[in-house]
Amino acid sequence: MKPPPFDYAAATSVDHAVSLLNGGRDARVIAGGQSLMPLLNLRLAGPELVVDIGRIPDLGTVTIDPTDGALVIGANVTQAEVAAHPDVAAGWPVLVDAIRLIGHAQIRNRGTICGSLAHNDPLAELPAVAVAFNADVAVISPAGQRTVAATDLFAGPFMTTLAGGDLIVAVRFPAPRAGSTGAIREFATRTGDYATAGVVCRLDLADGAVSGARVVVFGLGSGPIRMNGVEAALVGATAPTIDDGVLAASIAALEPPDDVHASAATRTELAAVLITEAVAEAWERGQ
Amino acid sequence: MTDHRSPARPPASPPLSEPTARHTISLTVNGAAVTAEVESRLLLTDFLRHRLRLTGTHVGCEQGACGACTIQLDGRAVRSCLMLAAQADGREIRTIEGLAAPDGELSPVQQAFADQHGLQCGFCTPGFVMSLHALLDRGGTITDDDVEECVDSSYCRCTGYVNIRRAARHATGLISHHGADDSGAGHG
Repeated sequence: MKPPPFDYAAATSVDHAVSLLNGGRDARVIAGGQSLMPLLNLRLAGPELVVDIGRIPDLGTVTIDPTDGALVIGANVTQAEVAAHPDVAAGWPVLVDAIRLIGHAQIRNRGTICGSLAHNDPLAELPAVAVAFNADVAVISPAGQRTVAATDLFAGPFMTTLAGGDLIVAVRFPAPRAGSTGAIREFATRTGDYATAGVVCRLDLADGAVSGARVVVFGLGSGPIRMNGVEAALVGATAPTIDDGVLAASIAALEPPDDVHASAATRTELAAVLITEAVAEAWERGQ
Repeated sequence: MTDHRSPARPPASPPLSEPTARHTISLTVNGAAVTAEVESRLLLTDFLRHRLRLTGTHVGCEQGACGACTIQLDGRAVRSCLMLAAQADGREIRTIEGLAAPDGELSPVQQAFADQHGLQCGFCTPGFVMSLHALLDRGGTITDDDVEECVDSSYCRCTGYVNIRRAARHATGLISHHGADDSGAGHG
């Protein structure tokens, strides 16, 4: 189909964008548009105003913060640009692996990291990566700038805790810690399709044991979901194995979708396999 | 039973300027400068097809999945159904019509599709060809995986992809024109 009527404004600065978003109209942000355009074409979204931030020059950079080594990705940086960035591949390899699982090259050439986070598709990889690696987003509103941790950002399918007038201007991934490793695993029926189920795992390794763990599933409910039981059981482990009972209990708490693509039972079974594989892969990478 | 009732809703205030709003865009399409006034909601695909009469860019799913609308934007392959025409202001676009030489000589990718019978109905073909051109324009070494990803990224409902893969491998130099091709089996 074609999009319903809406007004369009190309913001020339962050202030201009925030002003447009807070002008009393039902407004949506467009950057790469790889999430919003399908919604508009399918008429699942019908904003009064689309605010294009794609021409704001300040939002197009990837930088390493000189004070703490964090990776800072502006809201207009495409997934393809991040995946091809040598500093990102060196310090945040799981982010690169996750990007490669998103759609196809044509999508990644337009889609942005921040846009994926703002959209929070429950099947999406990047929200889970952001939670697993303690990312946070810089948000600008008429009240000023604030930081929202990824763990506080996602509120349910296609929803965040941000207000309609908030603009994400950058996402920040902390510098990789010594001994920190990770992996992403997902199952999709075809290359480039949405994940049927997936998991992102981060392990902090010290002296041959796990000192910290973050295991976040996606495609299995309302968005990125931490497997708290699995995380707790991994701390102190000296091998990448998860107690069967702990894994079963964590998986049983999920309420995965049950639809034409896969039954809830299939997704649950996939989750157990993918979690086991991701933990093993993260451990292997850390050796 | 699902409740389809909605709360009372006031009129949009101020009323939308659409569909009479116009944005002036200036861009380059297949090397030519183009300036036009477009509606806010006009898709880039429809701008190319309906306003510029470049109907080689095809409209399939309009949700970014099928690949038939793939064009090059500043040298990179993108889905033109997932862009507003207004977003193309100042950009450089190449479509399937921009590939052949002025005398009609096909580009090497187009020629490979003809030689290897890489199409049947032809609906999906512009998407495959534009994606492969972007891969060639990227430069550097092209791997089997690059070509697989390219072939994966469009839907063909006629051919079973065997000859498309063969054409893609010829066009990218992974197999020579007269060389043996053992790539046809397997992936479908």
